[in-house]
Amino acid sequence: MPDHLLEVRGLSVDFHTVRGTVHAVRDVSWHLDRGECLAILGESGSGKSVSASAIMNLIDCPPGQIVSGEILFDGKNLLKMNAEARRQLNGKRIAMIFQDPLSHLNPVYTIGFQIEEIMTAHDVPKDKARARCLELLQRVGIPDFENKIDAYPHQFSGGQRQRIMIAMALALKPDILIADEPTTALDVTVQAQILALLEELQQETGMGLLLITHDLGVVAEVADRVVVMNSGQIVETGSAAQVYRAPKHPYTKKLIGAIPGTGEMAAPLGTGIKPMMEINGLTKHFGGFVALEDASLTVLPGETVAIVGESGSGKSTLAKTLLRLEDATSGEALYHGRDLVKMTASELFELRREIQMVFQDPTQSLNPRMSVYDIVSEAFAIHPEILPKAKWKNRVCELLEQVGLEAGHMHRYPHQFSGGQRQRIAIARALALEPKLVVCDEAVSALDVSVQAQVIDLLNKLQQDMGLSYLFIAHDLPLVRDFAHRVVVMQSGRIVEQGPVAQIFDNPRMDYTRNLMAASLDPDPDVQAERRRARHQLQEEAV
Amino acid sequence: MKSFLGKRAIASAISLIGLIILVFFLSRLTGDPTNLYLPVDASQESRDRFREIHGLNDPLIVQFFHYMSDLVQFDFGMSIRRAEPALDAVLRAFVWTLQLAIITMTLVTGSAIVLGSLAAYHVGGFFDRIATFCSLIGASAPDFWIAIVAIVVFSVHLGWVPTSGTGTVLHWILPIGVLFIRPFGLIVQVVRGSMITALSSAYVKTARAKGVRNRPIIFVHALRNAMLPVITVIGDQAASLLNGAVVVETIFGFPGVGKLMIDSILQRDFAVVMAAIFVTAVAIFVMNILIDILYAVLDPRIRY
Repeated sequence: MPDHLLEVRGLSVDFHTVRGTVHAVRDVSWHLDRGECLAILGESGSGKSVSASAIMNLIDCPPGQIVSGEILFDGKNLLKMNAEARRQLNGKRIAMIFQDPLSHLNPVYTIGFQIEEIMTAHDVPKDKARARCLELLQRVGIPDFENKIDAYPHQFSGGQRQRIMIAMALALKPDILIADEPTTALDVTVQAQILALLEELQQETGMGLLLITHDLGVVAEVADRVVVMNSGQIVETGSAAQVYRAPKHPYTKKLIGAIPGTGEMAAPLGTGIKPMMEINGLTKHFGGFVALEDASLTVLPGETVAIVGESGSGKSTLAKTLLRLEDATSGEALYHGRDLVKMTASELFELRREIQMVFQDPTQSLNPRMSVYDIVSEAFAIHPEILPKAKWKNRVCELLEQVGLEAGHMHRYPHQFSGGQRQRIAIARALALEPKLVVCDEAVSALDVSVQAQVIDLLNKLQQDMGLSYLFIAHDLPLVRDFAHRVVVMQSGRIVEQGPVAQIFDNPRMDYTRNLMAASLDPDPDVQAERRRARHQLQEEAV
Repeated sequence: MKSFLGKRAIASAISLIGLIILVFFLSRLTGDPTNLYLPVDASQESRDRFREIHGLNDPLIVQFFHYMSDLVQFDFGMSIRRAEPALDAVLRAFVWTLQLAIITMTLVTGSAIVLGSLAAYHVGGFFDRIATFCSLIGASAPDFWIAIVAIVVFSVHLGWVPTSGTGTVLHWILPIGVLFIRPFGLIVQVVRGSMITALSSAYVKTARAKGVRNRPIIFVHALRNAMLPVITVIGDQAASLLNGAVVVETIFGFPGVGKLMIDSILQRDFAVVMAAIFVTAVAIFVMNILIDILYAVLDPRIRY
């Protein structure tokens, strides 16, 4: 009888790239038993997914190479088995779901085909596979599943797609389910539903669940034990409560310290300040689709207004209409009394200086063929009245230092920087025009928690030094709690509630806001247990 | 879908009219057919009569309106050279070209997909080297040269196949073989590149995690996704074959539309040139619409 259902012992994996050998994981050991949930926690590049890929035989060799170690499943070393034997285990005994279900489902085949395929690949007859597929779709809660079985992945919502992935993975009742960031791309309320579904199914089938995540909240919600990884090595293991309450390793301490949502909430700015931006009844329709309906809000000088809501709630449309990247259908947006919506192109050009935007993904929003100097100084080229050309270089140096980058790096290209550094470049670019208002569209969402904290600190500092206002669009509530003065909650294109941050978080009035709060995950396992109770209560009230 | 087809048909018709106008006046720039058809010492009288019969005395613009009004009734005029309706001669030749194009493109597509997929599955492997070699030949060797070398080797020295003409299955081998090389080399590379992307995609990872066997991973999961850019190139290559593989048809004495067009231009047989261009243009429009439909069939996300 083997000690554990699945055990990884002393696993080391290298990747041989043109720039040299990368030690992806070093001497990693952990184990997983039936009915248990183990979380592997780590930031991007920590190697948290590598051992799972090794279990599923998903590491391409070359460039990958398993240097040493063994993976014991049911007492047998997977790394010594041939490809066919491992194929027979994949999907049948060990199944896996992934972060982004849209790209992980084949876009050109129906979901029915894709779910049945996992069974037919393991020699289940076709008719039986079809029947089981219908059963599974019903179990994971796909509405109208008898018809939807012949629909394609793009015809489902993000949450439904992840349900479909789960149905697929569980088709053959595997002993182990590996979930690689299963809820990262989903809205908080959907995330809570998916995690609840995973837990239910785990209890039903008694499988072992391996959860790979960067989110301590997810760990607190579902994990029994947690393995913390940093730069390819395990730095700490223990129960979820142990690791959160009494982290031993400095890295874990730093990680837990960086988690937002625990600090003081900002007091509202004083009354009687004249708003810089007044939005009244702003509306945007795309054909018959209402993206934004009758949105009204104000922004004071030096204030951070957060806009929260789930995907499709109209947050980004609001930002785009304000910046005139989209033209509003009706309504007005008064910037110091002048209506942005009705401005001519030349008036708008003047004003663009004062309202700048920072986008979500700095990899996409920075031109990869322009150096940092070109990117930042382009602003001066477009608005030549700001600065004579002779002074550009000094100003770029200043801006880079202001956002915490080395001025000496200004001739490098975006790909030579890390994600957090790239977002700093994007901020430096926005600051080059000395704006009064910066619109941040999910500006820190793609960043790791510790990097996120640094960027937020930077934004805070810039606000104090320069009196900037922020319109901060985010889906991450703890972050908003720490950063915003006021919060605007949006749902299906409408503003459902707005008010000072303390009021929204401590005393939300609308059901939607309360649901949103209840669904958001707290890194403290005890707080999270409390939230679960509250959530169940809300659900029962709804029934 | 229906409105899409309607729009495409209208757009095609407009381009076709533009094409006819352009070709009509361009072909008239090549000179007076009278000099070519009548003996050098023909009398002025017979020259005038020839002009009269073929309507060459009218001003160009009048000739054009006559031509267009006939065209509305699908009358492309008579071939001066052949003394038969131009359209009949063209359609006869077009059937030959169409057969040649369909057979060649079917062979090219089938073999390029298999070789390209295998090359992509093992980049740098055995099949990848073959694919690279084929592409190099296809890109660098001109088809007239390959055609002549093929005749010298296979017809003259080995005597396996006839040098030119039609009649038996053997007559088809050399023209198809020579026409095969260039599109094959190109399409293999497109399949390979597109398959490399598809095989490294997330859904292939999912399929591996599901325990799907290698063959369906390549030919079911990756291939259908990889086919979209491939189809575009296949259409492009098929169009150039439908246009008449002028050089190859001439070398092998193959009675296709390319050879007919070249002959008619040299003979200033305007009616035939016009009809030939019209027929091949219609064929290419139809093929482009078929390709658009095929896109929608392959990828359910595309809806017109």
